[in-house]
Amino acid sequence: MKAPFLATCGLIAATLPAWADKPVLTVLTYDSFVSEWGPGPAIEAAFETVCDCDLRFITGGDGAALLSRLRLEGARTEADVVLGLDTNLTAAARATGLFAPHGVETPLDLPVSWSDDLFLPFDWGWFAFVHDKSRTPQPPASLAALAESDLKIVIQDPRSSTPGLGLLMWVKAAYGERSGELWRGLADNILTVTPGWSEAYDLFLKGEADMVLSYTTSPAYHIIAEGDHSKAAAAFDEGHYLQVEVGGVLASSRNPDLARAFMAFVPGEAFQAAIPETNWMYPARTPAAGLPAGFADLLRPEKSLLFSAQEAQDLRDPAVAEWRDALSR
Amino acid sequence: MSIPTRRTGAPGLAGSLLALAIALLMGGAMAMLLLRGGRPALSAADWAAVRFSVSQALASALFSVGLAIPVARALARRRFPGRGALIAALGAPFLLPVIVAILGLLAIFGRAGIVNSALAWLGWPGIGIYGFHGVVVAHVFLNMPLAVRMLLHGWQGVPAERIRLAQSLALGPAGILRHVELPMLRQVLPGAILAVFLICLTSFAVVLILGGGPRATTVELAIWQAVRFDFDLPRAALLALVQFALCAVAVLLAARWSAPAALGAGLDRPLTLPAPSGWRNLVDGLAIALAALFLMAPILVVVGRGLPGLAALPPGVWSAAATSVAMALTVALLTGLAVLALGGAAGRHSPRARLVETAGMLPMAASSLVLGTGLFLILHPVASPARLALPVAVLVNTLMALPFALRLVLPAWRAAEASQGRLADSLGLRGRARLRHAILPRVRRPLGMALGLAAALAMGDIGVISLFASDQGATLPLQVWRLMGAYRTEAAAAAALLLVILSFALFAAFDFWGRRHAET
Repeated sequence: MKAPFLATCGLIAATLPAWADKPVLTVLTYDSFVSEWGPGPAIEAAFETVCDCDLRFITGGDGAALLSRLRLEGARTEADVVLGLDTNLTAAARATGLFAPHGVETPLDLPVSWSDDLFLPFDWGWFAFVHDKSRTPQPPASLAALAESDLKIVIQDPRSSTPGLGLLMWVKAAYGERSGELWRGLADNILTVTPGWSEAYDLFLKGEADMVLSYTTSPAYHIIAEGDHSKAAAAFDEGHYLQVEVGGVLASSRNPDLARAFMAFVPGEAFQAAIPETNWMYPARTPAAGLPAGFADLLRPEKSLLFSAQEAQDLRDPAVAEWRDALSR
Repeated sequence: MSIPTRRTGAPGLAGSLLALAIALLMGGAMAMLLLRGGRPALSAADWAAVRFSVSQALASALFSVGLAIPVARALARRRFPGRGALIAALGAPFLLPVIVAILGLLAIFGRAGIVNSALAWLGWPGIGIYGFHGVVVAHVFLNMPLAVRMLLHGWQGVPAERIRLAQSLALGPAGILRHVELPMLRQVLPGAILAVFLICLTSFAVVLILGGGPRATTVELAIWQAVRFDFDLPRAALLALVQFALCAVAVLLAARWSAPAALGAGLDRPLTLPAPSGWRNLVDGLAIALAALFLMAPILVVVGRGLPGLAALPPGVWSAAATSVAMALTVALLTGLAVLALGGAAGRHSPRARLVETAGMLPMAASSLVLGTGLFLILHPVASPARLALPVAVLVNTLMALPFALRLVLPAWRAAEASQGRLADSLGLRGRARLRHAILPRVRRPLGMALGLAAALAMGDIGVISLFASDQGATLPLQVWRLMGAYRTEAAAAAALLLVILSFALFAAFDFWGRRHAET
């Protein structure tokens, strides 16, 4: 009977907070950010050389699930900084009252003008459906053509994932009142809906689906990291919805100075230079050496779509309800 | 068979208090759900979730039990080398952590899996594993062995006298089917179908991974999504009430149907049905071979793919494994203590015993996410749910294991009281001494098995912990899920293999403990 007793003690010990010398900065972000080949490890190392602190990442699923988690934990959250919300969520995030001004005024290289005292962009990209040219040589040229095709796609749940929510906004921006119709057309193409981007992209890579909702920049990963030129993003006539990924400081942070120091570090060279080849997005501020060579071959959509934070907030709930109802038939 | 009782204070009291505590906990969780369950209206998508829950559970139950009939029949009337081992191995999928089962099924039935590669090679269209039929395939994989075992018990329960009568009347296979097997099946099938239906109704991980979209969401998953995705607690509470109502109806139906009346009394001497020769021999062999292939292949694939990566597991996996083992052992320990306490109060027939037993069975009607949501609502205002993830997971898993454990242990306990109770009374054995000398040696075998089951199920649990845990690496199944999501297929398979090994080892250890000193 000794083993279970010891195990119980271990269980209790495991739930106690870790004790450390240096101040700890806790950054809440999405899963793929902290994976071995994501930006997490490089950014952690770079920031720890300048801050004399311990940078710790915690994850909570995909981007949109981060916001649910913050609402759930409120001011009790152990996070000091959040990375990975986007413009479709910033109005809701602002309304929680959990965020404090970031205080950073570094100019950025974004495709849109930016001024927000609470949320600071760290990268951006266009949503796109990615396919394998050898399996799908003639990808559809629009959302409507995709809905009419027999192709199987994997998308993400808009309630937990920022790409999933981005697609809802994409469809709304392109089809407005007729978006329900488009979703009913897409319903039979959707192989499955995953909670996050990672799961969806994995299914696509395993050959489970013909196309996956991702970014115009995703093929760069295959070109640069794997020397594989078979993956491509399909250009859609309706235009492509933009995603601007942002971070913010939590008002409840016990290390507000350290948290703001991290925010100032975000538009800096070390952070931004790591973004293109680890997060596979466009950096919010172009690094001194410019973008990696593989990025030159990528699709650059002619037309960008983006709602303001307030428009996106007003559209979100009805759009999610419309999506659930259209897909549950 | 009422035993004249001299109530012995302490153990019965502890059991009654525990029963009261369980009833209060369940009642508190339900009251909290009622209190917080906001809008009484369910949206179209919520109704779709209710329909999907019921229809997939019904299909899963009918297929599991339907496919189990030929297999159980073949196992009941054939004798061949390795039969015992095969029947033992049939228990494996039930102990298999669900996430591992899904990993194995994806490797076989996924679009890039073995079956579809073969179909593509033949030039035939592929089959999908996502959505309704994927969920049903996974449920059949997980529950068909249980159905086979229940039906096998039915066949083995046919009194020898009846078989001898059939033989003396020179009934052929068709006659035996009509006069012996069909009446037995009519009594056993409803219970088996309802048992599988109930398990599938509250299924979570299968639907999370193979379903998930609005078209393939169960109520259980919708509860989780309402908390994790929308942070809409009133809606989560409302859905939890809907789930509770669905389960309660199924449990009441199961209680009505699952008591099989005897097929006429017999002298309890084993006699197997005559084994017809000819083409029927072939059919039986085929049924057994196909079932073994369907049930073993996914497990073998996980073992095969996991072995190479086992030596180089990411460090997070080992700490997650330690957490999971500690959690499983704690659940087993608590389940054991609870069963002993409840047994002390419910081990002898009395009106109070029935009440205590009913309290112990209460968790059957609540799914783990219904309980989890109730506890979440109680705890959220006072403490961070993430910090309480492990204690809550231990509590909910113990509660969920309790009905299984009581069902296994109580019959043996009552038999022990019936045979040893008077002697123990006359010797003045009470309290711990009575438990140790009169009861424990006789309930040890089912108790070991029950604790093994509790530990293995807790080891593989992914529902409650993912409702509370903030960091997905908290336990081994969550770590496997995370590795799957981060397209690290090899590491995921290796971690899954570790999970299988640990789950089976825990079950085997408790089962061995139960068998070693058992006197019956």
